[in-house]
Amino acid sequence: MIVTRSLTKRFGPVLAVDQVDLDVRDGDRYGFLGPNGSGKTTLVRMLLGLVYATSGEIEMMGRPMPRRAAEVLPQIGALVEGPSAYGHLSGRANLALIDAAGRAGRRRTRRRRIAEALERVGLAGIDNRPVKTYSLGMRQRLGLAAALMRAPRLLILDEPTNGLDPRGIREVRDLLIELNKAGTTVFMSSHQLTEVDQLCTRVGVIDRGRLVVQEELEVLRGPTGRALVRTPDVDRAVAVLEGRVVRVEGDTLLVGEIDAATVNLRLIAAGVRVSEFGPERRSLEDLVLAVTGAGSDRVDPAGDNGESAAAVGDGAGPAEEGDRR
Amino acid sequence: MIRVELVKLARRPRSWVSLALLCGLPVLVAVFVSVTHLAPPPGQGPALLSAVLSSGSLYPAAALAIVLPIFLPVAVAVVAGDSIAGEAGSGTLRYLLARPVGRTRLLVAKLVALVAYVLVAVVLVAVTAYATGTLLFGSQPATVSPSGLGTSSVAATSLSGGGLTPAEIAVRTAGAIAFIGVSMLGVGAIALFLSTITDSALGAALGALAALITSEVLVTLGAAASVNPYLPTRYWLAWVDFFRQPILWRNIDRGFAVQGIYVAVFLAAAWAHFATKDITS
Repeated sequence: MIVTRSLTKRFGPVLAVDQVDLDVRDGDRYGFLGPNGSGKTTLVRMLLGLVYATSGEIEMMGRPMPRRAAEVLPQIGALVEGPSAYGHLSGRANLALIDAAGRAGRRRTRRRRIAEALERVGLAGIDNRPVKTYSLGMRQRLGLAAALMRAPRLLILDEPTNGLDPRGIREVRDLLIELNKAGTTVFMSSHQLTEVDQLCTRVGVIDRGRLVVQEELEVLRGPTGRALVRTPDVDRAVAVLEGRVVRVEGDTLLVGEIDAATVNLRLIAAGVRVSEFGPERRSLEDLVLAVTGAGSDRVDPAGDNGESAAAVGDGAGPAEEGDRR
Repeated sequence: MIRVELVKLARRPRSWVSLALLCGLPVLVAVFVSVTHLAPPPGQGPALLSAVLSSGSLYPAAALAIVLPIFLPVAVAVVAGDSIAGEAGSGTLRYLLARPVGRTRLLVAKLVALVAYVLVAVVLVAVTAYATGTLLFGSQPATVSPSGLGTSSVAATSLSGGGLTPAEIAVRTAGAIAFIGVSMLGVGAIALFLSTITDSALGAALGALAALITSEVLVTLGAAASVNPYLPTRYWLAWVDFFRQPILWRNIDRGFAVQGIYVAVFLAAAWAHFATKDITS
């Protein structure tokens, strides 16, 4: 669906996106993660033909971009860096204008498609108030409606749940899963890890312009080879498993270096009560924090840590501007 | 896309307020002049205003002379400056381009909307001025002489001959409208170019006005005589030559040529810049 090869973007001296090989497959719910300023937005803008790559290739739906943008973009619904609309017009008028822009929006079906899109995002009852009176959540929903209006094959969404309350987030998540089941590929960027954890099937992590991880979420969350044991008899359990316990947190023990079945057998044999038992899985948060550095919104004094000094050395300095408005 | 841009322009309250102000000023002036019967003496004040007391049918031309120095360029610069920068500032530019709307198409649509606005503005000023003029000053045939014109010498009625028929005035007013329209398009092209460079609509409009003021200053400056013929405002007032008898084509032709060059150069620059620009707004 989306393939990039050595995609690179340089803004003057700043390397915003560095040799990225993205691979989003048909039917994926792809979560694109990274700290602020890591190049997420720049990459999304390149996919949509807003920013031109310095080098490398983009292929979407099997066609080169941005050369064949006129064929590719009509099949894409996008939300980039927050929704925007003409504040003095109503939500419906805004959707009608954006639909009439460009070639593909057929006028005969416009009214129906607008009504359907508004219904989907939970704005079916909006009146003719101008958009400038909308709340942040309503604007976000309107932006989603604009993205859905032409029944896209691919949704490219930048922070789609921004500004929504917990119920709204749940609604959007259910909507995206439903659309995905009906055949729409979803590519969303986010720094809400729980969001991605609950919604996505694959993730890519970008840090300082480089794609550092790209994998199925199931694989990433695979077992670590250690086991978690929850027990009321902590002291006895530690004694039974002497030497194997890595960490004790309250009534939970992290046990390593022997397989889970053996651990279980020993505990039971010693008459230790076990209330919960299972393999330790990597959390997405641990993974992301492990592979990324601090975002560009954190500014440490120069030379404070070796990592940022090294980053300056290879051209991706702390002044990186991938997420700027 | 052109239709979309026209709808956007028409549904924007600002467009109508600016048109109302443009038409309101000449009406205000006409009311004062007709009440007091104190037209500025020939050679002072806006061109042709001294002649309107004799015939209201000349008032459209006088009205254009009133709005031309400041009001009209400001209105055009604001609309043109807003065209791309305004979309960028409100964040809608990225959604338009991702729709997709081709960049060249968008620019052309903005230009057509701008031309429409300029034409509507100039024609509307002329029409309201004609209505006010004939209402307040009557519509007897005009006697136009160079003395009625701000720039030329005194009492030379015999040199240029007598009156203009209403049909002649209509044709000449149309010519003046076309000339002023093209001059304003020159302003619009500069503002449109700046609009592709900055994300601030205000910045683009003010930039274009700064260019005009610079030009106005240089036009009157003897030391800048070498660049004088190429300044955008150099021939702005040449349209009054339509009301001479016979029409003095020399400066009118040059005015058209200079504006044509400005329009072509700045539109080409706007296109070249916008088509290759990274949209980061």
